Amino acid sequence: MKKVFSRPKSLKKTPFHYCPGCGHSILHRLIGEVIDDLDLQERVIGVPPAGCAVLAYNYFDIDMGEASHGRAAALATGLKRAMPDRIVFTYQGDGDIAAIGTAETIHAAARGENITTIFVNNGVYGMTGGQMAPTSIPGQKTTTTPGGRKESRDGYPINLSEMLAVAKGSAYIERTAVNSPANILKTKKAIAKAFRVQMEGQGFSLVEVLSPCPTNWKMNSEESWKWIDEVMAIHFPPGVIKDITGDKKDAH
Amino acid sequence: MAKVLMRGNHVVAESAVRAGCRFYFGYPITPQNEIPEYMSERLSNLEGGTFIQAESEVASIHMVIGASMAGGRVMTSSSGPGISLKQEGISFLSALELPAVIVNMTRGGPGLGNIAPAQSDYFQATRGGGHGDYRNIVFGPNSCQELANLTYEAFDLADKYRTPIIMLGDGMLGQMMEPVELPPEIQLKKLPHKDWTLTGAKGRPSRFIRSLILDPTEEEEHNWKLMRKYEKITKEEVRWETFFTDDAKMIVVAFGIAARIAKGAIKRVREEGLKVGLFRPISLWPFPSKAIKDLTKRTKHFFVFEMNMGQMVEDVKLALEGSGEVHFYGRPGGVILTPLEISRVVSSYYYQKRLG
Repeated sequence: MKKVFSRPKSLKKTPFHYCPGCGHSILHRLIGEVIDDLDLQERVIGVPPAGCAVLAYNYFDIDMGEASHGRAAALATGLKRAMPDRIVFTYQGDGDIAAIGTAETIHAAARGENITTIFVNNGVYGMTGGQMAPTSIPGQKTTTTPGGRKESRDGYPINLSEMLAVAKGSAYIERTAVNSPANILKTKKAIAKAFRVQMEGQGFSLVEVLSPCPTNWKMNSEESWKWIDEVMAIHFPPGVIKDITGDKKDAH
Repeated sequence: MAKVLMRGNHVVAESAVRAGCRFYFGYPITPQNEIPEYMSERLSNLEGGTFIQAESEVASIHMVIGASMAGGRVMTSSSGPGISLKQEGISFLSALELPAVIVNMTRGGPGLGNIAPAQSDYFQATRGGGHGDYRNIVFGPNSCQELANLTYEAFDLADKYRTPIIMLGDGMLGQMMEPVELPPEIQLKKLPHKDWTLTGAKGRPSRFIRSLILDPTEEEEHNWKLMRKYEKITKEEVRWETFFTDDAKMIVVAFGIAARIAKGAIKRVREEGLKVGLFRPISLWPFPSKAIKDLTKRTKHFFVFEMNMGQMVEDVKLALEGSGEVHFYGRPGGVILTPLEISRVVSSYYYQKRLG
């Protein structure tokens, strides 16, 4: 009988510890599938962040080097410059990449570092218990914005992907979501393209993924999927933000 | 081999390259700018050489971590305020057990301070400096030649122990020019194989390098593992120099450039018949505690001189365990003393204690 579905080779046989309805498990699987499809398991190095995905090395069966909070792009720069023929990716949450690691990320993109970043945007600090993130949207209730994010006090969310698109060294930036089967497929395609951009040496590539955090959003899974479409996507519209590759075969 | 006249900052850079350093990540700060400037050109002309002027000290130390994970010989350098920013990464290097060489050409502080030579970062260097329970090997060279030799050796030691090493110089050592015999270039291919690097899981199980250890008993075991390493280093890597200590009635203890000045002062007071010697710790961590205590067989009078408000003096007192009398003289803020000033203070103390 033909096997049509199985665990990607690049994932270990460890059950995910993530909360029910969390997007990380889906994303881990998609990245594992892409690594398998592109036959990269033996030459890829991943850089997990501080945050919910800090234990990513327990799930990926690939070489991984842990970064401190926000420094993944700098660490990945060191790895990639030392081994230009390897494929290096970072996996970072919104607090990691768009608050404490903003400088490292913008400069990695500006230098055109030939690395790939998976940016998981769920609008909260998940691991620390649901505080306001740089990408929390106006009005969003978090443990540090109990009355909702108020622009006069808390400022506005940051659209990091659009900022990175301005950088001359970035080659491919796309925002997707993992809140429906169709969007999950789009996300996988975007991740595959981002890795291919790196394999072809075209420069910095990033996929921002709008990802549900039902636990900290105080919603059930269904509500969180809807919230991504109806609220989050208004502030962070999905789509290709930058593509200098001229490669249209992945367009969708 | 012929000697060349070189500035300290160039000496440390060239010696690093000769020791196999192929990765340098830094950020400008005075008085060490000649290091990144030299490395920029030197590494660009070298196969496999990488130089990046990073966006910050924080970014540069994490680039160091990345290149070290890949197995490269890697260095960064800075001064006071920049070294403070690097402390996050230095703590991580220690926790992740990654080799790296970090140069601090210390300036006057705290805060921005100034760009004059000081020894104000002794505590920061020798106590770990960042968060958590760890130590760095710290060398305090006092000449361009010693800077060359210790830098060269530092890369081997960093690899041997998988630990960061701090070269604690100062603005004077970085800026002054002296004749130096440079060490020979090593052949990278002859270096011992590292069996822990992240190079892609080809023909072996996948690896990860992490410092997050959530189980307290596991984290405790990691701490003990580091401790055992530090104990081994403490046994095997202690270095010091003595100067006229055999007949000394009083011993000056000083490190780095302060010791160089103190030597001049000791020569002066010796001409006047005062029996004063010098003890110079070269490894500031591990500190040569036993060697200092052994000197109490000769004298009970110790005179600690530092270009700060008194930092190494605490280690001298700990080493003596009350078996000697310790006097401190310091000039902080980037002030450079002359041998004459030190000789006056030393001889005054010598006579006060009725040693002559």
